Amino acid sequence: MLDDFFIRALIAGIGIALVTGPLGCFIIWRRLSFFGDTLAHAALLGVTMAVFFEINIAFSVFLISSVVALILIKLQKNTKLPGDALLGLLAHSSLAVGLVVIGFLTSIRFDVMGLLFGDILAVNQNDLLLIWIGGALILLILKFIWKPLFASTVNHELAEAEGMEPNKFNAIFTVLMAAVIAISIKIVGLLLITGMLIMPAAMGRNLSNNPQQMVKLSVIGGLLSVIIGLFSSLQLNTPSGPSIITAALILFCFSLIKFKRYSELKK
Amino acid sequence: MQEIIMSKAEKKILLKVDNVGVLKNDKWLVKGVSLEVKKGEIVTLIGPNGSGKSTTAKIALGIYKKIEGKVSRFTEKVGYVPQKISIDWTLPIRVIDFMLLTEKLTNDQINAALNLTGVEHLKNKSLSNLSGGEFQRVLIARAIAKQPDLLVLDEPVQGVDFKGEIALYELIKKISEELSCGILLISHDLHVVMSATDFVVCLNGHVCCSGTPHAVAKNDQYQELFGDRASKILSLYEHKHDHTHAQDGTIKNK
Repeated sequence: MLDDFFIRALIAGIGIALVTGPLGCFIIWRRLSFFGDTLAHAALLGVTMAVFFEINIAFSVFLISSVVALILIKLQKNTKLPGDALLGLLAHSSLAVGLVVIGFLTSIRFDVMGLLFGDILAVNQNDLLLIWIGGALILLILKFIWKPLFASTVNHELAEAEGMEPNKFNAIFTVLMAAVIAISIKIVGLLLITGMLIMPAAMGRNLSNNPQQMVKLSVIGGLLSVIIGLFSSLQLNTPSGPSIITAALILFCFSLIKFKRYSELKK
Repeated sequence: MQEIIMSKAEKKILLKVDNVGVLKNDKWLVKGVSLEVKKGEIVTLIGPNGSGKSTTAKIALGIYKKIEGKVSRFTEKVGYVPQKISIDWTLPIRVIDFMLLTEKLTNDQINAALNLTGVEHLKNKSLSNLSGGEFQRVLIARAIAKQPDLLVLDEPVQGVDFKGEIALYELIKKISEELSCGILLISHDLHVVMSATDFVVCLNGHVCCSGTPHAVAKNDQYQELFGDRASKILSLYEHKHDHTHAQDGTIKNK
């Protein structure tokens, strides 16, 4: 069964959606969408580094993304620039440096499009293993740190005052974000990772009134996006990664309509 | 029971702040502040705007890390009602989720705490739909639900209507007696400070004066900071409650 490229793509996509759902909720709550974007850009540098030093791509991406996240935290403390300016600085410079490094690697033919948009149909069994084991690990850690992380998301000072150590858990969360980007870069590509993180969660937000509900709905939304996106890409012969995101967009639009009708009913 | 007897015999110190200060952008927000909160005791911080009341509370809670001096907390069970808190509307969160923010509580504990502050009916409402006063009551309920040893209340009744204000201060007093927890209170309401608290610390960047409400009200520096009327509050209060005439004879001006 795993021999079929489409089934493998489906299993990979489902694995990614299970992880991006809960993480995406935190990204929305903590207003980190652009931060996710920056990490995704840094991932490009990670991939080129992996090729340059001949190391594992996921590992290299994880490493570079974490380093960029740490640099950001450092810069935020030591400069007077606002957060979004720093994010833009890091995003564009890591993207640029990544592309420059690609320029040096003339001996290797680089599939830049594949990097940017991912190639879910080219997933092999090792990738599946990485996604599902890595994903399970990320979810396990997230479940473990849920309470303090959520408390520090709601209010940093309250969490600090009542012994929840928000700084520690914020740092762990940053690492988890780098990790999810590392395992999903091959599937959805770096331009679509933030889409996968944000769009199902945004849909969930429209339909929920408590955090647990939002997490469940965004997981469901992510799963539906993957399934609908992949099947329609097969039918319509469209690129698979962007198809998944388009499916997510359509789901999001549906959630908007429903939300409005519901509030009208209440009136 | 035994514990209560023990605590009465020798009041346990819950919080000790020793000569602390915070330097921010080359300016001392507060400096040289020392205070102690013991079990079953209400300590209030008073002072004009910008005198470092909230800062002192945050130092005591460990929110400010880079400080001068030393803070020792002898309990892990801390409840905090911050002065300013804004919940992002991107967060779908109900009152009941908020109650469980830092603690595992049973349904009964949640109901009891919400009931005490008079907002039980809001349990399943979204936090973003609450009014300022309602939210403040929820904040207090959340802080007391876990029966903390130490409560830090920063202007806990702001935005609450007049009737509710009195009820909430009575509740705070009751909590301190029933749970025999220590309370560090920041309040603008000198009536409350003078009538319900055990120890007053008057701040203005540093400790101006401190002592029992009675002693502080008579202090020259206190009168200078808060004006003549503030010292009359004490006399009013004493007159109302123990039915002896105040010694300084200001009652005539009432």
